Amino acid sequence: MDIFLQQIANGLLLGSIYALVALGYTMVYGILGLINFAHGDLVMVGALVALSVVAALGGSVPVAVLLLLATGAAIVVCVALGLLMERAAYRPLRGAPRLAPLITAIGVSILIQYSAALIWGKQYISMPELFKPGKIVFAGVQITTTQAFIFALALAIMAALLWFIKVSRMGRAMRATEQNPDVAGLMGVDTTRVIAFTFALGASIGALAGVMVVLYYGQGHYFMGFMLGLKAFTAAVLGGIGNVAGAMLGGLLLGLIESLGAGYLGDLTGGVFGSNYRDVFAFLVLVLVLTLRPSGLMGVGSGDRA
Amino acid sequence: MHRRSFLHTAMAAVIALGISACGDKAPAPAAKSAAPKAAEGLVVKIGSASPLTGPQAHIGIDIRNGVQLAIEDANKANVQIGGKPVKFELVAEDDEANPTKATTVAQKLVDAKVAAVVGHFNSGASIPASKIYADAGIPQISPSSTNPDYTLKGFKTTFRVVAHDGQQGPTLGRFALDKLKAKNIAVIDDSTAYGQGLADNFESTIKSGGGKILAREHTTDKDTDFKAILTKIKGLNPDLIMFGGIDPQAGPMKKQMAELGIKAQFIGGDGMQTPNFVKLAGDAAEGSMASIPGLPKDKMPGGAEFLAKYKSKYNAEVELFAPMGYDAVMVFIEAMKRAGSADPAKFLLEIGKTDYKGVIGPIAFDEKGDLKNGPITIYAVKGDKWEPLETVTPGAAPVAAEAKDAAKK
Repeated sequence: MDIFLQQIANGLLLGSIYALVALGYTMVYGILGLINFAHGDLVMVGALVALSVVAALGGSVPVAVLLLLATGAAIVVCVALGLLMERAAYRPLRGAPRLAPLITAIGVSILIQYSAALIWGKQYISMPELFKPGKIVFAGVQITTTQAFIFALALAIMAALLWFIKVSRMGRAMRATEQNPDVAGLMGVDTTRVIAFTFALGASIGALAGVMVVLYYGQGHYFMGFMLGLKAFTAAVLGGIGNVAGAMLGGLLLGLIESLGAGYLGDLTGGVFGSNYRDVFAFLVLVLVLTLRPSGLMGVGSGDRA
Repeated sequence: MHRRSFLHTAMAAVIALGISACGDKAPAPAAKSAAPKAAEGLVVKIGSASPLTGPQAHIGIDIRNGVQLAIEDANKANVQIGGKPVKFELVAEDDEANPTKATTVAQKLVDAKVAAVVGHFNSGASIPASKIYADAGIPQISPSSTNPDYTLKGFKTTFRVVAHDGQQGPTLGRFALDKLKAKNIAVIDDSTAYGQGLADNFESTIKSGGGKILAREHTTDKDTDFKAILTKIKGLNPDLIMFGGIDPQAGPMKKQMAELGIKAQFIGGDGMQTPNFVKLAGDAAEGSMASIPGLPKDKMPGGAEFLAKYKSKYNAEVELFAPMGYDAVMVFIEAMKRAGSADPAKFLLEIGKTDYKGVIGPIAFDEKGDLKNGPITIYAVKGDKWEPLETVTPGAAPVAAEAKDAAKK
């Protein structure tokens, strides 16, 4: 039982990071109908910027200040990159056939990856241990205070985002643009600005996710955004792409599926499928959702967008 | 294998460019351009191929220096082959740790009519180059390539003076059984040729030695989250966890073991015996064990003398493989002396019969060209450094364990 609960905890922690990254995919898709494959790489840039700040300033300022500075720098760089990406790569293609921006997104992703490889090199970059995390033991489940903090922060960010979209003026504009950009424009919503804002918001949440990943796993790498991005995309599809609450649910579920799958599938199948199939579960979920319920768990079947 | 420096600003990149530019200016081999003197003496050229520029240059230059030192010593000793005085010359080439460049360099050495080659450093370079040396009938000794495939091509010209990865897994297995007294063991690999091979060899040694494999789990060489498999392993309560893979996975894995409260010991191969592992695992690294082929340099039979000689000549410490490079040259020269000829076709057969006491210890080859009983040293993290724990010779029980058993009686 302890082991089962521990696997649940592992899954929720992993899932909360997937969920944060999935938000970036789902918000952009909701508004533009574009799958921004470069979003995972934004997370990578956030992570590596944070690592660089820690490496440059580590030891000279208190740890809390250092983490704030690192997070701040990651957000600034990611937001700038997200806006640049939108302006330079996607805006010129607005109204183009859907395939064009999709392929552009893949191109942008590769561009960011290899630029990062040039700037940071191809080796793994490690995070020095800044503080000694405490241990929390509850009902046989062990997690560190860092993990608890990451989980709580992820939930807080998600709650804040839901609140923001529901209550604020910009949130209302985002929902209006999502429903129908043309009509929203006629009602006085500056849709270009709303779209840029959505990219910036997704990028800043992605930057936070990147910082969490380096805090949690202690390292970064120019290619780390690829798999993370694919998993998060799967989570977004699972929850219903375009649906913000769905992305959160999808992320947490995907984390649980992977964790329980890697933990128990080997025993259940008598060793035929083992933990090496962990990544396969994620994509099996993607295939199943796309075949059986393309609109995802919380998505509403929507007509094709113009 | 891992560059420690990382370039986080454009400025750092510029500095790095400057450094690699300096690397290009690494001292050119002294004797390369010297024309062979057609005096009464014989001139024998020995090739050295290793990365002299790029991120692995420090290791490649180290090998080249070892070769150079051996050639100088041989020239000072006025070696005679077949009754004629011989002068040895170094032809050093840079393979940039690049398999494609390695084949070009190999051809260049063949064209320069070298009698024998010490090289290359990387398995990925040694393997493609071995075909070219084999076709030309020129013997090759790698000072450092550990991939088992290197000697499995069936070439008569291919040798190495370092234990290979196929010997590491069984050695780790015996160490786990005999020394750590581990009975219940979990094995994880990273699904690469290196990691899986190491783990397979380890696992079969444990099984045949009466140990129990509780679980065999797999991850990938890109993953950083091992919580699910570690939690499963925790439920089985092993006393040892073995990982076949490299440090970017091994470090976080050890850290996550500690986070989950797993008490089992942790052991792996040379892929995780790096400073980076200690950095990535943080405090959790303490007590982790890993093996590396070869003896610690100050424990080599000829180590102290060699280290002093190297230091006085190059004003630098031995990095890693200079002693192997030195011994490789001496093995060639001994074979030439026995054959009475510096013609590769004649002395090649003698290399297989080598029985030489080198800096690194006794050197003899098996029929594949692998070092017989190549020692493997197991290190453990103490403080924040890898410290040698004990040296094991494949085919023999752990040295320290034997001593302990004797003491018990």
